[in-house]
Amino acid sequence: MTTEAATIGLTHGGSEDTGLGHRGPESKSIVVPYGFWLFVLSDMVLFSALFATYATLVHATDGGPTTNQLFDRNLVAIETIALLVSSFICGLAIIAAKRSSMLWTQVWLLLTGLLGAVFLFIELYEFAKMIAEGAGPQRSAFLSAFFTLVGCHGAHVTAGLLWLGTMMAQIWAKGFRQHILRRLLCFSIFWHALDIIWVAIFTIVYLIGTLP
Amino acid sequence: MTEDETDLIDVAPGAPHNNIMSEVVSYVVGLGLALLLTGISFWVASTSVLWGPGIATGLIVLAIAQMGVHLVFFLHITSGPDNTNNVLALAFGVLIVFLVMIGTIWIMSHMNANMGVSPELMNLQMQH
Amino acid sequence: MTLFGRLTWGAIPFHDPIPLITSMVMLLAIAAIAVWVWRKGWWPYLWNEYIMSTDHKRIGIMYIVLGLLMLVRGFADAIMMRAQQSLAIGASQGYLPPEHYNQIFSAHGTIMIFFVAMPLVIGFMNFVVPLQLGVRDVAFPTMNNVSFWLTASGALLINLSLFIGEFARTGWLAFPPLSETEFSPGVGVDYYLVALQISGVGTVLTAVNFVTTILKIRAPGMSYLRMPVFCWTSLAANLLILAAFPVLTVSLALLMLDRYLGFHFFTNDGGGNSMLYMNLIWVWGHPEVYILILPAFGIYSEVAATFSGKPLFGYRSMVFATLAICIISFCVWLHHFFTMGAGADVNAVFGIASMIIGIPTGVKIYNWLFTMYGGRVRFNVPMYYLIGFMLTFVIGGLTGVLLAIPPVDFVVHNTLFLVAHFHQVIIGGVVFAIMAGYTYWFPKAFGFTLDERLGKAVFWCWFIGFHLAFMPLYVLGFWGGTRRLQHISDPTWAPWLHVAFLGAAIIGLGIVLTVVQLLYSIRTRDQRRDVTGDPWDGRTLEWLTLSPPPHYNFAVLPDVHGEEAYWTRKQTAIKQDQLIAEPDYQPIEMPVNTPTGVIVAFFASLCGFAIIWHIWWLAILGLIGAFAIFVWYAWRDDHEHIIPVDEVRANARERRRIRMEHLHTLSQST
Repeated sequence: MTTEAATIGLTHGGSEDTGLGHRGPESKSIVVPYGFWLFVLSDMVLFSALFATYATLVHATDGGPTTNQLFDRNLVAIETIALLVSSFICGLAIIAAKRSSMLWTQVWLLLTGLLGAVFLFIELYEFAKMIAEGAGPQRSAFLSAFFTLVGCHGAHVTAGLLWLGTMMAQIWAKGFRQHILRRLLCFSIFWHALDIIWVAIFTIVYLIGTLP
Repeated sequence: MTEDETDLIDVAPGAPHNNIMSEVVSYVVGLGLALLLTGISFWVASTSVLWGPGIATGLIVLAIAQMGVHLVFFLHITSGPDNTNNVLALAFGVLIVFLVMIGTIWIMSHMNANMGVSPELMNLQMQH
Repeated sequence: MTLFGRLTWGAIPFHDPIPLITSMVMLLAIAAIAVWVWRKGWWPYLWNEYIMSTDHKRIGIMYIVLGLLMLVRGFADAIMMRAQQSLAIGASQGYLPPEHYNQIFSAHGTIMIFFVAMPLVIGFMNFVVPLQLGVRDVAFPTMNNVSFWLTASGALLINLSLFIGEFARTGWLAFPPLSETEFSPGVGVDYYLVALQISGVGTVLTAVNFVTTILKIRAPGMSYLRMPVFCWTSLAANLLILAAFPVLTVSLALLMLDRYLGFHFFTNDGGGNSMLYMNLIWVWGHPEVYILILPAFGIYSEVAATFSGKPLFGYRSMVFATLAICIISFCVWLHHFFTMGAGADVNAVFGIASMIIGIPTGVKIYNWLFTMYGGRVRFNVPMYYLIGFMLTFVIGGLTGVLLAIPPVDFVVHNTLFLVAHFHQVIIGGVVFAIMAGYTYWFPKAFGFTLDERLGKAVFWCWFIGFHLAFMPLYVLGFWGGTRRLQHISDPTWAPWLHVAFLGAAIIGLGIVLTVVQLLYSIRTRDQRRDVTGDPWDGRTLEWLTLSPPPHYNFAVLPDVHGEEAYWTRKQTAIKQDQLIAEPDYQPIEMPVNTPTGVIVAFFASLCGFAIIWHIWWLAILGLIGAFAIFVWYAWRDDHEHIIPVDEVRANARERRRIRMEHLHTLSQST
């Protein structure tokens, strides 16, 4: 990592970066992603509450459709691969950005976004199909929990795509300045975290949920 | 900037911290392992290779492993001294996730059980 | 679907005299103050120096002002309840019908927890922590500004409910199924949900800010075990916010989904499970009270050490106890619903955990006592509050241990015994700490101390008033008095309730005297100027600066060599009769002020109001506006401005000159 411009107002004569506070405040390139990491962890707690809700209500089907009747593992497999590859390509984008390669950064970011859009498209298709069949979130507590858990993840992906678009525009307009690189790093943390949540979702909701 | 200085400095979470080849390798290995674990999960869920009641546990183990792969290969969370804050924050987060999920499931299953109706009747009531 | 959703003229309480008159009085007061400020020409100053400020000190002051203002509103609700319960005994129905009374106790709880206690505690953390850590600001100063304004937005919405619509009638936690659309079809619960979601975002952002600051931004040499205890407790509290508030967000969001989109999480039909809401909301709710009390404990640690003239006893055990409380507080939440039917096994586990959590708190009490023992105790106002706290809180904690025993709880759950318990720990613990901190750090913020005599009068009003107001409630709780009663059927309870009302009135007098103290202290401030910046002979780094500190806090970040960084440095200076060598001054980069926070909050309030009243086009507009301002902020290039080295040097030399004079006076007197 770089020892670039010191953090806010640091003027002390000693060295700048720190492990355990011995040498003063850390630089922004450490501080900003760390703060974002903390936010991501709080987001994980948010999802854990949704998972707990789902686990409690998974059998509360009110005589309506159950997991076995609704979920298509093939679609889920495609979604999973799309998001996973998207996460991988995002990593390549960070590597390109570190090396200030405008072309490759934008290419990889665009691919990241496209694969994310594929994921979302499949998910929206699945939701629409379920609602059309009368298995919408208002049908039962189980369905409310399913749509909220998976939908919340989808909403995060949507927000991520909005963020990605904004970042691509910013990089195009302003180049690889330090604060933009920091934000890109935060975006990649977010994107990888979303894939981690998806691992939990496809395992618990779709696979365990449809075991014979 | 020397290698020594780099080692002593705390590392930002998510930041790759080696030369380009090893960086790309890290992501490729991560992708490969994740694809493998995903494939195994789908396979385990659709065959009877594992003993029935153990499938759910097996799937959870595979999921945790894959989350670990993401953390190590994509987010570069390692156990080095420069990563301590990141790991501690993660550990705290995992603890809370565990308490919230296991605590809720434990409590709610007891609540539901103590509603005073037999399980069949309970299922019926929730499905009327 | 009309243009204004379900908002009609009927939302304004033309036919309800009490909310109507209250609203008119409030609106007039706000208008009067706004005009007065305008006439004095203070608006530009307020806008530039406070509203747009990214300075943690200014933001801290704004939080505290918000908290104190909302305290008046929350207290008004309290005295109305006490009055009702004193009057509505036996044949009389009092003056508040149940639909109104229910809104008042719901508003009282919601306001006191979310818009009084939280802002006050966060305000103190904001003001003090960066100074104590010896740094210039928090990790994310602009986000700090946004956090404050989002909290203010929530407070605004709650206050709007008084004169446009109604508030929730469900208690401060809005349990379903009562809070579902079927039984609460009005806007009240929606005001509650939306206001809390908006301010909740602000709170989580604050937590990210402070955990990052405390872990990553400290003066050179300040390792973890050299941090002041207030910083440790702030760290623990903010970790709890990070961990707990997402669960609150989920609980409230699920209820919103039920209400707005017809989902079935907590409804009676469709397979919903309202017990799940109780579980989730208390997963948040219990850590929440520790979020409030831990910084309070930190304030007491600072006060105990400073006003005993001794280092805090048992620093490491304090740190350990703080972290233990932090973790255990996530393992006790079921004690809020022992009676809901989880069964003996589950109840036993959580009951035992609830008793265990009393142990680290006990460790802290002993540490404060041993800090005072053998010290030169100075009985200033903060010390009064420390002693008052120890007497009050210990009893409150003991009643808590009683409640932790499930069989006992089955008798007194949701009775006035419970009400007395939690008010005892919150008032004795949090409110007293806030009053102590307010007195202690006021001179640092404004350059003069508050009047001592009036301060002591305020203390006695709170101490005596609290005991008169709540001790009777323990008795009534045992006699079967449940909480939230609009009418009392047993006339033998009357004397107890009258004493309680008297107690509330005395607390009210205390609040009035606080205002008087402030105004009087401002009037006579020249008599109590804090010239040196160290009016209490302090031990931590905030007392190194002049009062008020410059925008950038320290000309040069102080080198920390041990615990009690400032005390050791001061003692060395006194012994050698000279200050440390003058350091090399550099120009200082500080973040610029920004309107981002107040504009985001504006759009958030607009969006929130629109969601409550089902004005969908306005809600979308609000969201777009918030996103647009976010992008605008992200696009700017100038994040910092530079304070020239001459200015830094001039300020620093002035500080050194004053300190040198003070030093000579000290060494001449020894």
